[in-house]
Amino acid sequence: MSSPTRPDPIETPDTAFFWAGAARGELLGLACAACGDLQHPPRPMCPRCFSTQREEVKLSGRGRVLTWIFPRHPAPIGFAEAPIVALIDLEEGIRLVTNLVDVTPDAITAGMPVEVQFAPTAGGRAVPVFRPAR
Amino acid sequence: MKKRAGRETAIAGIGQTEFSKRSGRSELQLAAEAVKAACDDAGVAPAEIDGLITFALDPSDEIGLIRCLGIEDLAFATRIPGGGAASVATIHQASAAVASGAAEVVVCWRAMNERSQYRFGQPQAGGNFAPGSGTSSLLWCMPFGAQTPGSWAALRSRPYLDAFGVTNRDLGRLSVVQRDYAAKNPAAWFFEKPITLEDHQASRWVVEPVLRLLDCCQESDGGVALVVTTLERARRLRQPPAQIVASAQSIPFNVEVISNYYHGDLTVMPEAVGTAKRLWQQSGLGPQQVQAAMLYDAFTPQVLMQLEAFGFCGRGEAKDFIAAGEIELSGRLPVNTHGGLLGEAYIHGMNSIAEGVRQVRGTSVNQAREVEHVLVSCAMAGAILGRV
Repeated sequence: MSSPTRPDPIETPDTAFFWAGAARGELLGLACAACGDLQHPPRPMCPRCFSTQREEVKLSGRGRVLTWIFPRHPAPIGFAEAPIVALIDLEEGIRLVTNLVDVTPDAITAGMPVEVQFAPTAGGRAVPVFRPAR
Repeated sequence: MKKRAGRETAIAGIGQTEFSKRSGRSELQLAAEAVKAACDDAGVAPAEIDGLITFALDPSDEIGLIRCLGIEDLAFATRIPGGGAASVATIHQASAAVASGAAEVVVCWRAMNERSQYRFGQPQAGGNFAPGSGTSSLLWCMPFGAQTPGSWAALRSRPYLDAFGVTNRDLGRLSVVQRDYAAKNPAAWFFEKPITLEDHQASRWVVEPVLRLLDCCQESDGGVALVVTTLERARRLRQPPAQIVASAQSIPFNVEVISNYYHGDLTVMPEAVGTAKRLWQQSGLGPQQVQAAMLYDAFTPQVLMQLEAFGFCGRGEAKDFIAAGEIELSGRLPVNTHGGLLGEAYIHGMNSIAEGVRQVRGTSVNQAREVEHVLVSCAMAGAILGRV
C-alpha cells in the first residue's frame, strides 16, 4: 500500500486537542466544563456562560449526512481519488466538514446515517472521515 | 424607521483601472491609479483625502498610497475583515466616519493582481493564515480536499438548492443574463462575449453537482476606488451625488464568510437577512422601492439567496424570479448590470458598488429605468444608494 498523501491538519492552540484525538482514533468535541454547552468549531470561551474551563468530550462518531459535493477542478491537492466532501450533523448536535468513504456516489442520500473512521495524512496524523453506518 | 445620526453622506466619485488578467504593474500602482481616477471623477484633489479604507486582505499599504497621492495628513484609516464581505462595508464605514465628523473625504479602495500574481481560485493545502479573512476553511476544510472558494461555496449552497429544487440549469439562467450585460459593457473582460444556456451547461464541473465553470467569478487584475464625503459637499462637486441613504453590516453568531456551515439552517443566508433588516429599518424603504441591485456574485447561488434575503421574491422563488426575466432590463429588478464579478471582473465586489453609483447617476451602459434607489450588497454588508 502506498503511503498517505492527504494534507495534514492545521493545528492551532485551540484546536490541537481535536487532531490529537483523531491521531488516537477518537472523535472529540470541546464542551464547557461549567455548563456543558458543546460547540464546533471549538473556541476557548463558552459563548453561553463565558467560562474558560473547557472539557474534551468523546463523541459517539454517529451522525447523518446533511449535504455533499465532489470537487472536480482544480483537483484537490493530496488526493489520489477525488474526495467526497460532506457536512455531517453529529448526534450530539454539532456539524463537521469531512469526507464520505466506502460509499458509491449514487448511494449517498441526505439524512443517511454514517459513522466515523480515521484516515491517515501525509505527515503521520489522522482526520475523521465517515462511512455508511453498519 | 431608525435613521442614522450625523451628517448625510454620498459617494461623490468612482474610479477604476482597466480589468485584465495581467496588469503588468504593481498592486500599489493599480491602487494609486484607481484612487486618482476616483478623485478626478469627483473633482477633488488627492491632497484633500483625509480618510482611507480598504480590506484587511488588501496587499497595498496606506503609507504607500499616501506617498503616491501626496495626501497631506490622513485623519482616519481602517481595514475591514471578511474577504469580499468587506466590499460594501468599506462605504458603510466611510459613511460612518464622515457622518460623525471624524473625516471629510474618505477614499475606499481595493486593488489586486489576483490573476497574474496569485490565484484565489487555485487549491491550497497550506496553513498561511490571514487574520480577518472571516473564514475557518483553512482549519476545517483543507485536509478534506475542500481547498478552493468554489468548493467551500458549493458545500454551503447545496442544502438551499436541494430544498427548493434549484438545478444547475436554473443557476445558468443567471449566468446568461449577467454575461449578456457584460457583453454590452466595454469595461468588462467578457465584453462582446455573451453565452447561451447551452454554453453554460456544456462548461465543465468545478464542483459537482453545484458549480460549473460559468457559475464562478473570474480571477482578475485591477483596482477600484470610491470617494465618500458629505452629501452637502458632494452636491458642489463634479458628479451628481449617489446618496448613501442607508448602510449596514451584519455578522451574526456562528456565521462565517463562504465556509458558512455552522449556523443552523443552511437554506437561508442569516448575514444577508440581518443586513436587509437594518437597511429597511434605516431607510424606511422596502424592496418595492429599489429599482436595481448589485449583489455579490463570486458564485451564482449567492445571488439567489440574496434576492430572497432582501425580500425581492419569496423563499425558494429566486429561480423563478430569474427565469421570468425579472433581473433583466425589462424586468422588475435589473441585477448586476455591469456583468457582475462573473462577467465584468472580480475586484472583490468593489466594481459592483461603482456600477451601483452609475445606475444612480443614469450612466450605466445597461441603464435601468427610473432609478431612485439601488441596493448594493455583499450579504455581510449592504447599502442603499439614492438619487438626490
